[in-house]
Amino acid sequence: MILNGSEILVNVLLEQGVDTVFGYPGGAVLNIYDALYKYSDKIHHYMTAHEQGAAHAADGYARSTGKTGVVIATSGPGATNLVTGIATAYMDSVPMVAITGNVSTPLIGCDSFQEVYITGITMPITKHNFVVRKVDDLADTLREAFRIASSGRPGPVLVDVPKDVTADRTTYTPAPKADTHERTTEVVGNVEEIAELINRAERPFVYFGGGVRLSGASEELRKLLLTADIPAAYTLMAAGALRYGEKHNLGLMGMHGCYSANCAANRADVMIAIGTRFSDRVALNTNKFGHNAKIVHIDIDSGEINKNVIADYSIVGDVKAVLNRLMRYIKPATHDEWFAKIEKWREEDYRPEDSETHLRPHQVIETACEIAGEDAIFVTDVGQHQMWAAQYLHHVKPLSFLTSGGLGTMGYGYGAAIGAQIANPDVPVVHFTSDGSLHMNMNEICTAVSYKVPVITVILNNAVLGMVRQWQGVFYGRRFSSSEPERVTDYVKVAEAFGGTGYRCKTPAEFEAAMRKALAAKGPVWIECEIDREEKVLPMIPAGGTVHDTIFN
Amino acid sequence: MKKQCMVILVENNAGVLARVSSLFMQRGFNIDSLTVSSTENPKISRITVMTTGDQKNFSQILKQTAKLIETKMIFSVEPSFSLIRELLLVKFSAKRDDAEALKGIIEDFDAGIIDVTNGCFVVELSASSQKIDDFLEATKGFEQIEMCRSGAIAMEKGIVAYDING
Repeated sequence: MILNGSEILVNVLLEQGVDTVFGYPGGAVLNIYDALYKYSDKIHHYMTAHEQGAAHAADGYARSTGKTGVVIATSGPGATNLVTGIATAYMDSVPMVAITGNVSTPLIGCDSFQEVYITGITMPITKHNFVVRKVDDLADTLREAFRIASSGRPGPVLVDVPKDVTADRTTYTPAPKADTHERTTEVVGNVEEIAELINRAERPFVYFGGGVRLSGASEELRKLLLTADIPAAYTLMAAGALRYGEKHNLGLMGMHGCYSANCAANRADVMIAIGTRFSDRVALNTNKFGHNAKIVHIDIDSGEINKNVIADYSIVGDVKAVLNRLMRYIKPATHDEWFAKIEKWREEDYRPEDSETHLRPHQVIETACEIAGEDAIFVTDVGQHQMWAAQYLHHVKPLSFLTSGGLGTMGYGYGAAIGAQIANPDVPVVHFTSDGSLHMNMNEICTAVSYKVPVITVILNNAVLGMVRQWQGVFYGRRFSSSEPERVTDYVKVAEAFGGTGYRCKTPAEFEAAMRKALAAKGPVWIECEIDREEKVLPMIPAGGTVHDTIFN
Repeated sequence: MKKQCMVILVENNAGVLARVSSLFMQRGFNIDSLTVSSTENPKISRITVMTTGDQKNFSQILKQTAKLIETKMIFSVEPSFSLIRELLLVKFSAKRDDAEALKGIIEDFDAGIIDVTNGCFVVELSASSQKIDDFLEATKGFEQIEMCRSGAIAMEKGIVAYDING
């Protein structure tokens, strides 16, 4: 059948199983939006306040479902506004297809109105990108973009489509959805030898990351931990892969991780790193991290092996496939002595004190978590509140903790929460943010209002840029440069002005009441929580340090 | 720090060189020289990179470059099993009293004079990087008016060890 480029584009989206896209219209994508209008019964388009919000929404949609998120923006500023969202997705291996319009092919390279070389700009922050110069190439290029985005280690792919290509007509031949997981069963490494090493270990330790979540390997991981009796700690990207309170789950590790988990990492004789990349927020000192251990590194991306920390053994492959293979050779074991030692360290773990009169961060997080329930999705922005959420959210499902771990994007949360809520209309979505992060993208409340998206935004307002200020306090002699902005924003009024609802809380009882009211609301709610500016994220290992440098107060 | 020659076989698409060089910049890999050429397969281009680093750098270059969607293959070229060549063009004045001595050196190096125009002559030398360095050193006293040299191209000896169609 003969269709124009825009109709082909929409048909390929349908082929790929896409029924939801996020974006913002503009000159170069007018034809695409005309096709979206025509197909609006099959594809729901959500327009955000800003393209960055749309990119984060596509990201939140993808992270909370495992499907590929789709975002559309116009040329020039529309495309550049996507950049932070694409980079966020790239750093956290989120499958995303970003479609940008561009000026018509004869105008490319002429510094035309709203022209930008977006494929050049996004080269280092995409898995791959394309410019479609002929309408005949459009369908297959888009199919390839979807295949790349979700294959192997997922990531964002950008497809730049000049305006004339969206208008040109050609034959469209439907195709089935591309097979995206051709490499998941391939396992490269001496699995038997590594299993033997694990079987012989006296103090084995599993350190796992986002790869477990991306691979859907929680059960396989649990089987390994239970069979071989191995304690495990997770990175920020893997929160929720194991249940809180399970014997083998030591909790979060790294810069703000549990002291006991970091001690275990330090004392282990065999460290099995699964679907993780030894980032500088976990392996703070690459020479000393796991230095008492033989290190086994399991990852789908061979480029991660020996990148930051040299592994003694490695297996390249999808985590689920690797663990299934590994389990063939793992023998049941018990490590009571090792667990007893960890239990001793646990006694020294940092525990903040509760308060009944004023709001403490851990209480806000724990209360929100409890009231939102088992099925809730939690989304964070970036900074102190993000770390508190990671530390004190005591129940989270594997795809239900959405946070910008690698890029650390302040302003990620609201867009991502909206995307997650649209993908999961029947579960509560709680967006933890702070006065600093919310000011970056608070405009997205208009999106939440327009589409009646009932995201609950919990603002931990300490009136300062908490994480920056914490570092300035510890490392810069309390010289609080540009971290105490003296803002007087009235969050309740702002929420109301946009058509949402706002509450202000000063005590745990007020917060609990506000959370319950918010859960019953049909649209977005902001809950401002007053937090003392001296609250710190603890414990903390300074950059480049080891567990011996842990700061507790 | 060691020098290493690598060959990258890539899809012959617009922008592929930018992608490879962007990756090298992004990750802080050194490029001492870089050559792009066509191959026996019109769909494939061959990039030859000379780089300086340690084993960890080389291993990262191999793995990160292999991840690029348009990379069909990348491999290190070991000098003992390979031919690595650069091309040199250098211009001298023909009017010097010692031009005959210069011609002697040119002959010793198996270089050739490929042009004589307006009292200048141009010497061409295709050789290993070291030999080209040596030639330039040997002719330093003869007033090199203009000099340029290409990056390396490299080929392993014997049967082709790869299949770019596979």
